[in-house]
Amino acid sequence: MTHDPTDASNSDLELLAFRVGEQEYSVDIMKVREIRGWSPATSLPHAPDYVRGVINLRGAVLPIVDLSARLGMDPIEATSRNVIIVMQLETQTLGVLVDAVSDILTLQKSDIQPPPELANGKASSFISGLTIVEDRMIRVIDLAGVLPETGQAAA
Amino acid sequence: MNVLAVDDSRTIRNMVTLALTQAGITSQVAEDGVHGLEVLSQMAPDAIITDINMPRMDGFEFIQEVRKQDAYQGIPILVLTTESAQDMKLRARQAGATGWIVKPFDPAKLVGALRMVTGG
Amino acid sequence: MDPMAEIKASFFVECSELLESLEEGLLQVQGGDTDPETVNAVFRAVHSIKGGAGAFGLDDLVHFAHRFETVLDEVRSDRLAIDADAVLLFLKSADSLSDLVAAARDETPVDEAKNTVVIAELETLMPGGGDTNETSNDADQELNFAPMTLSLDLPAIGSQVDADIGEVTDEAAATTPVWTIRFTTEKGLNQSGNEPLFLMRALAELGPVTAICDTADLPSLKVLDPSQTNLHWDLTLSADTSQTDIEEVFEFAQGLCTLAITKNTSDQSTPDTADIEALPDLPDLPALPDLPAPSVDDQAPAQPATENTPHEAPKPPAPTPTKAAPVAATVRVDLERIDRLVNLVGELVINQAMLSQSLSAQNLTSNTTISTGLDEFQQLTRDIQDSVMAIRAQPVKPLFQRMSRIVREAAHDTHKKVRLVLEGEATEIDKTVIERLADPLTHMIRNAVDHGLETPEKREQSDKDPEGTIHLRATHRSGRVVIEIQDNGAGINRERVLSIAQSKGLVPTDAVLSDAEIDNLLFMPGFSTATEISNLSGRGVGMDVVKRAIQSLGGRISIQSTPGHGSTFSISLPLTLAVLDGMVIEVSEQTMVVPLSSIVETLTLADAEIQTLDQGTQVVHIRGKFVPLLDLAVEFGYRAPNVIPEDAVVLFISAEDGEPYALVVDTIHEQRQVVIKGLADSYGYVPGVAAATILGDGKIALILDPVDLIARAGSPDTPTALSMAG
Repeated sequence: MTHDPTDASNSDLELLAFRVGEQEYSVDIMKVREIRGWSPATSLPHAPDYVRGVINLRGAVLPIVDLSARLGMDPIEATSRNVIIVMQLETQTLGVLVDAVSDILTLQKSDIQPPPELANGKASSFISGLTIVEDRMIRVIDLAGVLPETGQAAA
Repeated sequence: MNVLAVDDSRTIRNMVTLALTQAGITSQVAEDGVHGLEVLSQMAPDAIITDINMPRMDGFEFIQEVRKQDAYQGIPILVLTTESAQDMKLRARQAGATGWIVKPFDPAKLVGALRMVTGG
Repeated sequence: MDPMAEIKASFFVECSELLESLEEGLLQVQGGDTDPETVNAVFRAVHSIKGGAGAFGLDDLVHFAHRFETVLDEVRSDRLAIDADAVLLFLKSADSLSDLVAAARDETPVDEAKNTVVIAELETLMPGGGDTNETSNDADQELNFAPMTLSLDLPAIGSQVDADIGEVTDEAAATTPVWTIRFTTEKGLNQSGNEPLFLMRALAELGPVTAICDTADLPSLKVLDPSQTNLHWDLTLSADTSQTDIEEVFEFAQGLCTLAITKNTSDQSTPDTADIEALPDLPDLPALPDLPAPSVDDQAPAQPATENTPHEAPKPPAPTPTKAAPVAATVRVDLERIDRLVNLVGELVINQAMLSQSLSAQNLTSNTTISTGLDEFQQLTRDIQDSVMAIRAQPVKPLFQRMSRIVREAAHDTHKKVRLVLEGEATEIDKTVIERLADPLTHMIRNAVDHGLETPEKREQSDKDPEGTIHLRATHRSGRVVIEIQDNGAGINRERVLSIAQSKGLVPTDAVLSDAEIDNLLFMPGFSTATEISNLSGRGVGMDVVKRAIQSLGGRISIQSTPGHGSTFSISLPLTLAVLDGMVIEVSEQTMVVPLSSIVETLTLADAEIQTLDQGTQVVHIRGKFVPLLDLAVEFGYRAPNVIPEDAVVLFISAEDGEPYALVVDTIHEQRQVVIKGLADSYGYVPGVAAATILGDGKIALILDPVDLIARAGSPDTPTALSMAG
């Protein structure tokens, strides 16, 4: 179950905001385990283009998703300036490659609006809400939608 | 009260320990007669419960060995056995057993018998 | 879990251990072992199962174990001599007992009919066997010995017993009955650890007791030996109780005392009652400390031969007999905890490798202090790894012993005579490997009996012992465990195997195959040599499944067969599943690991001859044989087809059907052990990839799954693979 930021209750919500291309996205900071610099990943054969491969996270195998490619944009030309946001989804841990971390926002849940229905671009299925902070539109990412689809689970 | 329980069956050891623990009686266990004598040398029980059929040293021999020791000439020793036959009891008696309890045992009866023979 | 449920769970664990030692003992007896202790151990195993089962009310199990035990008791008491048939029956009974344990554990129904037959067979061994009526009555009585109560079946002792229980009801309404008990201690009572005072206290729990010691018969004090002296006690009990209850109090003293219990007439007034604590009155003797009589002030009654009372402060006992041997202490640990430790040690191994690598990269290893320290660190890490792996390791013995049942049943079903010889049962291997080996091994053992060995008649015709032999052996061989199943049967009938394979279209009819190639046809999917469906075949499992199971454990399987002399199947397994022997390779700048177990041979491409067939299929011509070529870089999408680098290397991989494939890689780096990291949990299934590992530089390398790779590369049974050049 993913967190629903459109919940009517007015509790505080902390979001980690980051840049992908020219756009700004955010994710519930409670889901973020750590932020680390880019290091080359070991590519996985037959993987979708947005899966950059796997890296060694202190002995664990961490899959890396290129968020730009996942959202249907050009893949990120990763350099050491790029960052990987390590996120926890229930039992799964996922590294998300973004351009840069931009901000930490504290909002009320009521500040977040649901995405407009008419959006039929690829991005919409990964966006669970929108908010405006200092005239910047920030999209709230639905992490479950970002997870790579791997067909069969374990062999 | 502190009791030494000797039985080669882990299940029976566990059950005896449980019955005794629930009655507030502390216990130590051993897996056969040889092991029993070894444990006995490191504790001072108020009573001993022992099985008969055991590897290395059976219950009869174990009781005889215990009775040879000055400190344990009069210690109550209860035999825990599935054999209710008369000759088994006689043999246990000859070896120096105080009494016997037939498996499967009722925890309350086991504790009752222990309290009786120890006067506790 | 509540404590009883926990004990019950551990009971079933204990049962499987007991069943193992039962079978082991019986097999020793079968092998000619005449040591009485062996039979004793067999008896004890059944006895312990019965004892525990009784505690949990597992009546079916108790019932069967009791019958079995009764016969074994006759054997161990030398009242019953046994022959080979009897031992076979005992083994069969052990199998039934094992089924009953499983049924009780899994709460599944039992095959009563089968067990009844076994019980009936057991009864025939008993003296006067066949008289089942009487025996079963006896047994039922034994079983109904009032479970969960103290045994009360000793006959009443004492000559003046006046059984008058019938009046209790009549008098209950009137006054409390009064019982007079004449209790005379006999020699031996003290030695038995029984204490008259405690007996009287226990009696007082039934009702108020007066106790008077009759000192008239006491000898003079000078000759008084407490342990030899008979003391008379006249006890009066006011209690609405029965003679049986009173006798029960003295149960432990029976044979060491005489009891005369009388129930007084009802109109007799109750005598002055006093609690036993207030008595007894021993006018002449209270000052004597050594007197065996109970004395009220003494909380601790005097004991003969020692001033210390046993239940307070016994002296340290004399040294234990010399035959006392230390018992190995064991700890039961959750498998999960061990696996966590195994994982951590895996990290340590990687970490150590990374450290070594970075130190040597900076030329720091020329410093002797550093390099010595590093060597020690490496040694230590290895030792820790070995020790941790040893925790997961278990002897193959239980697994092997299970196979003797398989052999018995298979021999029975096929009317063959088979002897199973186990060797190297102490060989240890990872627990999970053992668990996952059970099914393939069972299948292979069945095959050995069903297909490997001949019928006794055929064997006799060939001047062979009508009894066939199967050797099941485990050995350590260069860091792996090798398990061999060897039969002394007829060997593989290659002519028949080939014709079957041809008739099933598995090989072209004109193919000419070597003996080894024909043998390997057995591993092809869909192959079965059974011309008629016997009990043992027809289970939908073939040797291909066996091979796949072995390969999934990182193992290899091979066959050696000599016509007329039998076949040997060898399974080579890694010691553990957490670590894999791998070949580190590179392809398109990606470092990968190929399991060593799947590599048959390596060649540089210059030595191999590549030929392109139609549709761009490439084959390597090696030793007169065309082997399909698979470019790993192409398979993984790293490179366009047909641009194999000049100095590429070819790994010959054994596919699922035993056919070789040539896998092209760019470079071979080294052969090393790697720690296996699952990919499935963190990412998911990757075609052609089994798992990942972390190399010395901290980077992740993928571990290939060659079988999966080949299976995905196209239909594996192209005739090309088998065409021969001569």
